[in-house]
Amino acid sequence: MTTTVAPTASTPAPSGKTSGRSGKPRAANLIRMLPLSPAIGLMLVFLAGPILYCVYAAFTNMALTGTGAANVKFVGVDNFRKAFGSGAFTNAIWLTLVFTLISAIIGQNTLGLGLALLMRKSTKLVRNFVGTAVIGAWVLPEVVAAYLLSAFFNDDGTLNVMLHAVGLPGQDWLYAAPIIAVSLANIWRGTAFSMLVYSAALSEIPKEIEESAEMDGAGGWRRLAFVTLPMITRAIMTNLMLITLQTLSVFGLIFAMTRGGPGTKSQTLPLYMYEQAFSFSQIGYGTAIALVMLAIGAVFSLIYLRGLNSEAA
Amino acid sequence: MIARDRMSKLASNLILLAIGVLFVLPLLWVLFASINRTAGLRVEFPTHPTLGNFKAVLNTDTTYRPVLNGIILCGGAALLTMVCAVLAAYPLSRFRTRFNRPFLLTVLFCTGLPITAVMVPVYGLFVQLNLVDTLGGTIMFMATSALPFAIWLTKTFMDGVPISLEEAAWVDGAGNMRALRAIVLPLMWPGIAVVLIFTFIGMWGNFFVPFMLLLSPERLPASVSIFTFFGQYGEPNYGQLAAYSLIYTMPVLLLYLLLSRKLGGAFALGGAIKG
Repeated sequence: MTTTVAPTASTPAPSGKTSGRSGKPRAANLIRMLPLSPAIGLMLVFLAGPILYCVYAAFTNMALTGTGAANVKFVGVDNFRKAFGSGAFTNAIWLTLVFTLISAIIGQNTLGLGLALLMRKSTKLVRNFVGTAVIGAWVLPEVVAAYLLSAFFNDDGTLNVMLHAVGLPGQDWLYAAPIIAVSLANIWRGTAFSMLVYSAALSEIPKEIEESAEMDGAGGWRRLAFVTLPMITRAIMTNLMLITLQTLSVFGLIFAMTRGGPGTKSQTLPLYMYEQAFSFSQIGYGTAIALVMLAIGAVFSLIYLRGLNSEAA
Repeated sequence: MIARDRMSKLASNLILLAIGVLFVLPLLWVLFASINRTAGLRVEFPTHPTLGNFKAVLNTDTTYRPVLNGIILCGGAALLTMVCAVLAAYPLSRFRTRFNRPFLLTVLFCTGLPITAVMVPVYGLFVQLNLVDTLGGTIMFMATSALPFAIWLTKTFMDGVPISLEEAAWVDGAGNMRALRAIVLPLMWPGIAVVLIFTFIGMWGNFFVPFMLLLSPERLPASVSIFTFFGQYGEPNYGQLAAYSLIYTMPVLLLYLLLSRKLGGAFALGGAIKG
């Protein structure tokens, strides 16, 4: 199995046939690029199209019912003004930040790195068992994972049974601390991804480097901080960016566990957008929120690209 | 030194085991509830284990049709993704043109976009194109949403196939597509299988896209029809829900087992992603 380092866009492809500057006619070039057309076609229609439509609709009063349904009008930045002035929207932004911070940046990332590090020093049997358990949680369908964790966090659920067993008070976690419960659920479901990325990155560190650091008397933590981690900075950046983006768009897990409730206590941006656009039929306003989410995603994506580029340069 | 090594190994094992147990715990409920006729949300081993729940859900409306729909939907979309991704990856991996870099950057940028956010405008687009509630439209959208990542991964795997073999074929007069089919694909089939299986697993679990784009109960895949257990009748039958969840999960578990037996498992994917 090849595990070649993914070349960034700036590293040249292993190309034997260079073209363009070599004076080949343009037509030959175009024919060569022809296999790209199905992918480009699909992405233009089903990705670029909706995004452009989103940019348009976000500035209109489009709706499924009422005045916005009959005649769609351009309303300027009204939707955005309405959003940023609304308590529900700021609540959703805030919850999205908490959810992303706890479940992705702290939870999945740290736990994934920890698992990958520990796995290097463990026996094969333990490693296989833990790897299977963590990856098992990851391949489970979203909604099934949501039900399992609803049951786990429920009043009569496994978590409370365990807490009672050691004499701690239990509670209905989905009511008392819904955003914490869904964050933990997302850690449970998503840690495998970080674990895999870090396992792959760690496996490429030459053994001699860490051994020589050990010879020089660097203890476990110092070795980790000054030798191991700096060598996988790139994997850390890639992983953080990818899981942040994945976490920003989590919908099914939260929807199936709490539907954003109780009240709006776990209503992150995707759920707020869904409610506005479809439960309340405000397509224009819903797309404005979608545009905000796309903008957040785009900013993260650009930071990620810059990181990859400057590393390779 | 050796004693310390052994200590740290023991500690690593114990911590790992503890984390592993935490990951397994939530699974206990579904296993116990599925064989318990009177299951609730409490985790308990049934006093009279039974297969009744499985018998109750194994019928066309509840299980067979949604699972079949899921296979058509996700299988079709994963295949479409793969075909487009392989075709796109070939010129990107083999020829250097001024077009490559901007295209790859765009692809990478697209992998970062939250698909959830696009769903509202996509629904609008589907209404305009009359594609709402059609399997074909949903397949095309699902394939598109998986494409950027699939192109990226496929290109990475394809870069690992040395170009020298194709050069010989080119000299012999084979066209690009022929070289791709006869030389590159056979050499990178494990990579293709990894991308294909993970694309399928991701789609199989996806709830939001089919939930938004399909309406008729007879077209819904398993990921959405699972909601019918909650219906209008209040408390769902948790035992049947658990049994159904297990059946619905089975295909991806089998695929994953296949992947880990033959292809180095998910670790191959980690290697391609880490950048």
